[in-house]
Amino acid sequence: MVSVLKRSLAIITLLIIGYWIAQAFAGVPFGQDKMLVGQYYLNNVKAQTGAVNAVTAVVVNYRGFDTLGEVTVLFIASTGVGALLWKRKKERTARTEGSIVLTTGTRYLFPFVLIFGAYIFIHGHLTPGGGFPGGATIATGFLLLYMAFIVYEIPHKGFEVAEGLVGMGYVIVGLIGLMIGGYFLFDWIWQTWQLGTNNIGRLLSGGFIPVIYTIIGLKVGTELSGIIDNMIKEEVRE
Amino acid sequence: MNCISCIEYIIVAIMIISAILAVEWKDLLAAAVGMAAVSLFASILFFMLQAPDVAMTEAAIGAALSGAVFIFAIKRTRRFETEEEEKPGWWMRW
Repeated sequence: MVSVLKRSLAIITLLIIGYWIAQAFAGVPFGQDKMLVGQYYLNNVKAQTGAVNAVTAVVVNYRGFDTLGEVTVLFIASTGVGALLWKRKKERTARTEGSIVLTTGTRYLFPFVLIFGAYIFIHGHLTPGGGFPGGATIATGFLLLYMAFIVYEIPHKGFEVAEGLVGMGYVIVGLIGLMIGGYFLFDWIWQTWQLGTNNIGRLLSGGFIPVIYTIIGLKVGTELSGIIDNMIKEEVRE
Repeated sequence: MNCISCIEYIIVAIMIISAILAVEWKDLLAAAVGMAAVSLFASILFFMLQAPDVAMTEAAIGAALSGAVFIFAIKRTRRFETEEEEKPGWWMRW
């Protein structure tokens, strides 16, 4: 009896809250541009950053410091997974090899997955996508390798060194901007050197956006591959 | 109603059905696949709503990587939910 009363009370509360929220949002026009900053970006993005893809320009150029924070969050997440799953001796324990369809398909598809991921983050300033989708695509390629072959492991040393170097590279690009232009993550390639100003819409333009996105793509790819490696391996006792 | 919005309604319906199935299925491996299907159809919907970059991220992270993480977790624990006493369905359980 009590539980029925409790349930009906909860249902009535939910209905009241739902009606309230629906009423609040009914008056808001959907899809209308009410902010001035969006129009400012659309008007000035080509002249100020050289990128055709305005989303990328906002993420890397106008809001570059936030993206550095995002990369740091991902790094902390990867470190946390590594610390939580740390064991003295970890090895791959899978016993059944992947089927012939999986192994053959992986053998032929893996280079193309890597090339597609690299394409996504190198062309971030021209086409949709950028460092995060590109890096995730690369990590799915390594996931395929882990599923298909029972002995495969990523080259740990190379991945860790690459992860550290690109992480430093992001900060160094920002510090060079601080030296040349006076603030952190100043776009020195576009605004000081003016590289590719008559080349908008082609690959060699967009200031430091391709550089930063290559850095982010490599970092996200190596970090997510490291997370996969940490999760798939199990402890073995001597 | 033109045909594009028909497809959108169908995709939303499939998403809701696979979400409910992912909660309901006792086989956790099947439930993880159902959850990945929600992400996959969400990425198709993002593409149709003209957000291709979000669609790519959703397909890579939601469908592939998080599904893989769930499957690793299932591999280390148990595949099936334990059979307890018969409970009412999802519409009463909350």
